[in-house]
Amino acid sequence: MSSNSQKKGFGATIWDYLTTVDHKKIAILYLISGGFFFLVGGVEAMLIRIQLMKAGNDFLSAGTYNEVLTMHGTTMIFLAAMPILLAFMNAVSPLQIGARDVAFPFLNSLGFWLFFFGGVFLNLSWFLGGAPDAGWTNYASLALASEGHGIDFYSLGLTISGFGTLIAGINFLVTIINMRAPGMTYMRMPLFTWTTFVASALILLAFPPLTVGIFFMVFDRLFGANFFDVTMGGNTIIWEHFFWIFGHPEVYILVLPAFGIFSEIFAIFSRKRLFGYTALVFATILIGFYGFMVWAHHMFTVGLGPTANAVFALATMIIAVPTGIKIFNWLLTIWGGSISFTVPMIYAVAFIPSFVAGGVTGVMQAIAPLDYQLHDSYFIVAHFHYVIVGGVVLAILAGTHLYWPKMFGTMLSEKLGKWTFWFFFIGFHLTFFIQHFLGLMGMPRRVYTFGADQGWDLFNAISSVGALFMAIGVIILLVNVVMTVAKNERVGNDPWGDGRTLEWAIPSPPPFYNFAQTPLVRGLDPYWIEKMEGNKEGMVYAEPLGDIHMPNGSFIPFVISLGMFIASFGAMYFMDDKAWALPVLIGGLAITFGSMLVRSLKDDLGFHVTKEELIADNERIQREARALEGGKKGGLK
Amino acid sequence: MDLNKRYTPQTWPDHPETATLEGKNKFVGFWLLLAAETVTFASLFATYLALKDKGPSGMEFSAAGLFELPLVFAMTMILLTSSLTSVYAIYHMKNHNFKAMQAWLGITVLLGLAFLGLEIYEFNHYVHLGFGYTNSAFSSAFYTLVGTHGAHVVFGLSWFIALMIRNAKRGLNMYNAPKFYLAALYWHFIDVVWVFIFTVVYLMGVIG
Amino acid sequence: MMKGPKKWRLFALMTALLVFLSGCGREEISTLIPAGKVAQDQFNLLILSSIVMLFVIVVVTIIYVLAIVKFRRSKVGEDMIPEQVEGSARLEFIWTAIPIVLLLILAVPTVYSTFDLADVTAMDAQDEDGAAENLTVNVTGKLYWWEFEYPEQEIITAQELVVPTGERVYFNLIAADVKHSFWIPSIGGKLDVNPENVNTFYLEFDKESSELEEGVYFGKCAELCGPSHALMDFKVKTLNREDFDAWVAAMQEEQAAPTETVAQEGQEIFEQSCIACHATNAAGAAPGVGPNLTTFGDRNTIAGFMEHDEETLKNWIADPQQYKPGNLMPDPEEINNGEPFSDQELDALAAYLMGLKVEE
Ligand code: HEM
Ligand SMILES: [Cu+2]
Ligand SMILES: [Cu+2]
Repeated sequence: MSSNSQKKGFGATIWDYLTTVDHKKIAILYLISGGFFFLVGGVEAMLIRIQLMKAGNDFLSAGTYNEVLTMHGTTMIFLAAMPILLAFMNAVSPLQIGARDVAFPFLNSLGFWLFFFGGVFLNLSWFLGGAPDAGWTNYASLALASEGHGIDFYSLGLTISGFGTLIAGINFLVTIINMRAPGMTYMRMPLFTWTTFVASALILLAFPPLTVGIFFMVFDRLFGANFFDVTMGGNTIIWEHFFWIFGHPEVYILVLPAFGIFSEIFAIFSRKRLFGYTALVFATILIGFYGFMVWAHHMFTVGLGPTANAVFALATMIIAVPTGIKIFNWLLTIWGGSISFTVPMIYAVAFIPSFVAGGVTGVMQAIAPLDYQLHDSYFIVAHFHYVIVGGVVLAILAGTHLYWPKMFGTMLSEKLGKWTFWFFFIGFHLTFFIQHFLGLMGMPRRVYTFGADQGWDLFNAISSVGALFMAIGVIILLVNVVMTVAKNERVGNDPWGDGRTLEWAIPSPPPFYNFAQTPLVRGLDPYWIEKMEGNKEGMVYAEPLGDIHMPNGSFIPFVISLGMFIASFGAMYFMDDKAWALPVLIGGLAITFGSMLVRSLKDDLGFHVTKEELIADNERIQREARALEGGKKGGLK
Repeated sequence: MDLNKRYTPQTWPDHPETATLEGKNKFVGFWLLLAAETVTFASLFATYLALKDKGPSGMEFSAAGLFELPLVFAMTMILLTSSLTSVYAIYHMKNHNFKAMQAWLGITVLLGLAFLGLEIYEFNHYVHLGFGYTNSAFSSAFYTLVGTHGAHVVFGLSWFIALMIRNAKRGLNMYNAPKFYLAALYWHFIDVVWVFIFTVVYLMGVIG
Repeated sequence: MMKGPKKWRLFALMTALLVFLSGCGREEISTLIPAGKVAQDQFNLLILSSIVMLFVIVVVTIIYVLAIVKFRRSKVGEDMIPEQVEGSARLEFIWTAIPIVLLLILAVPTVYSTFDLADVTAMDAQDEDGAAENLTVNVTGKLYWWEFEYPEQEIITAQELVVPTGERVYFNLIAADVKHSFWIPSIGGKLDVNPENVNTFYLEFDKESSELEEGVYFGKCAELCGPSHALMDFKVKTLNREDFDAWVAAMQEEQAAPTETVAQEGQEIFEQSCIACHATNAAGAAPGVGPNLTTFGDRNTIAGFMEHDEETLKNWIADPQQYKPGNLMPDPEEINNGEPFSDQELDALAAYLMGLKVEE
């Protein structure tokens, strides 16, 4: 039984997390592992910037540089940004729609463990003969030519973690479709939930092409297939298409939830309803829709012909329109509001100019003939870091501050938070702004070194200094986390004081069943509505207090994922004629399918929290809340 | 949910598959999964079309020369029939007639096995002609597309069999009704994919 | 938000940036100093789009700054509850319509230019005598060097592309191994060099490269192709048509044998150890495993990116892997009966190679 707040031993806590199906705990798992991979990717970034600090540097060898570069991109996208966003989606969106859990708690856990083992598998490549070295885009001709098992780590690792992500996507879609509280119509859903919804739909439709492409890669490299082998009739452009049919939606999978987080922040800290909520929702949907029709703008120089290039150029330009709509709606949200510059809000405010800068260079790259110059140069590196760091990472940092109290019941230090912000923000612009010009000055991307005769020394040096600033910012954030955990000052339901949506109406962290009584939603920003009407109880309820049905925890998701992890080693060493490879492959698959079989044959109906337990729990919560009031006031003021 | 609750055809709901929240979630989730599967197969079809008849210079194999319609036509008919028999099974499930449902599922499984047998025979035949998986881009694309479908057939059959054995003693309840329903839905999906394979790979392959 | 000193720091930073930006990079390689029609067209698009985008940025910045200055809580009061505005259809219309207009302004030249730059219909045009009217160069990207074949002239060279100024030059691109991308930033945008198909485009060269500080334009591989991707450079020498014709004529001739004894020794070693991969005659040569060295003495770099002097040359021959990791040139031991080259042998080879010239 997933438990409440009794003190437990260390082992018991670990076991609890290994078997949990509670979306709030899974959120914490995602946050910790995503955060860890973020640090790994960050170290890799620092290595890159040290190497490029000056012309002709030999800090990293050419081969190592390509490995670091590839792992940096792959880690940041698949193992850091996406999981951390999934952490927030898990922590918040079920609460925002008034649900007691996600639709498939078991699958939620499975999704996490698949991602986790996939990520671990990928990173083990460092210790087992070398990391992948063909770029995060892993273009096929180079990937097939790459020696060692790096590319196999990439393909198999991403396959496993990709399944996890797909499962998470389906789970959120069903949760949002089926489990909204009474009154929570689609057009009353908070924007973060909307973006979760659309991003999940993108995951659902974008990951299969990637999986198919990766399977081809695995078959080609390990089982002698010929999808990309030109001498055998294969075609490497097929990989590029699949990668970008996935890859472009992927950037929206990342940035839409970021938009969602910022939308929440703008409303909360301006004390104002989102301006043009309807427009924001439709812009989100439109972006998701167009996201699938522009992939070839990553392939303007491939030689698809002028007609294809022109069509994709125009399609790409159109996508800027809904993005612009969003920017203006956010501006008008803070316009006329009462802006409180908390750390989350500072990030949100800083996001606007940063993201606009990334957006306008996106439009410039959409001009196909101009892109012949920009493509694969440092200009592109600047562009996508402006959107991914300026959009997604700022959102992650903002979201960490915003939702920390809801996830852990304590507040991160505002003061240290501001230090992190300034270091990170200045460092970010210092690093990447200048890279636009490096690109225009002819510097190709993915170069491990450059000559002193190219005229790029100064700008590269500046860029490396900027990276150092960002690193300092992140270190301060870590200090902040440690200090906050150590102090453990508890906060109440609505620590920011201006919460508008359902998650702020319940304790921080919420009890494992979330809502003792399902709330009745009476409009957009339901908690704000109740507050404005002076509702002392917090919410009105849609049901009387009664027994609650909850799912059991399970160790099976961990085992299923472990089986795939093991099987991947078998598959990878199969071609090396290692005698143990086939048994390992079969054994791993047996573990996976065996535990799936156990899962489906054994009925697992969950358990009930009785009304009496709920009442007792509620009294405890009230007691704690009173104690908090009595002591220092929680929250900001 | 109470597994021991006994139903009669009168108390059994019209749509047992969506009568509970769990059922509803599974229902929606499964349709979404099928959407992802559709994209997967679309990708495989696109690749197959791009690589059809492509191989090392001087390759002797082509779709027109290789495929033989009569066998594949028989496979198609068998699979279509099995789809129909699974419809009967679900019809009886909705009427709470467990025995009839099991019987029709049994027939479905037998037909599926027959299909699978013919497919293995077909692949074996090609391999003996020298058209192995590693022969060319064409062969890789062909086996991957049709083989992925075959793997789905295997999974579908295993699912049916597991459900039939697991529930043989206890009959229908609100917990397993959605499972039967979804297994049948999955079977239809497999069938639809095959119709596309038959058309795109075999018919269009032989004709031109 | 920004306190006094911080604002200052940011301001100082911006001015510093502006100063840097006044330099646009090197003439040999910067897209900001276009030296041909294609790069010029692309540069014009860059300027046009930058202006449009600057307009967007200015509008956003004004609203943005006003909003965060006017509506800070310290200013509007701690307890102020703002009016909960739902939205405005009119504003919504404005900020949908204006961007669409701006995009239309960009769309027209985009489409025009996309087709214009892809127009290679004149490539195969022939005059009355059946000779090609335009120069075509077949480019092959190899790990990690470039081969340039002039099919009409029946000559082959490597690492340094030589082209006439003031006319359209057409290119056929293909990769011999993995994918590369062919890019001469100051002359025009890149085009991928794929392993499975020939890609075709044209470039124009306005200026003779002898006027440049380095005497050549810099070309780059722009697609990650392995460890030495960063070193897969080539150079472009642009000559006026007359000089170009003279160069072609010289290339088509049988090259003279060396006269100095050191160089003659070098030739002997070369013909034992190196000739299997490197040709020293441009005329009628077949594509090589290694770069054709006919013009080696005229070149500006070794291996596409290193100083062009005997010392570097000897180092390179003695240990190619150290300078271009992953390249396919064998170590001396593999081509010299298991022995490294002695210093004399290296001297001889260097003297021989440096003497391979077609220009005066
Ligand atoms: C107005 C919106 C945007 C437009 C018009 C746009 C356009 C483009 C174009 C045309 C490219 C291809 C450049 C090239 O390689 O030649 C590109 C690259 C890229 N964009 Fe965007 N983009 C936009 C927003 C975003 C967002 C929101 C993200 C992510 C959050 C993003 C992430 C990327 C990434 C990662 C790449 C480079 C991928 C790689 O080559 O590794 N973009 N963008
Ligand atoms: Cu894109
Ligand atoms: Cu390269």
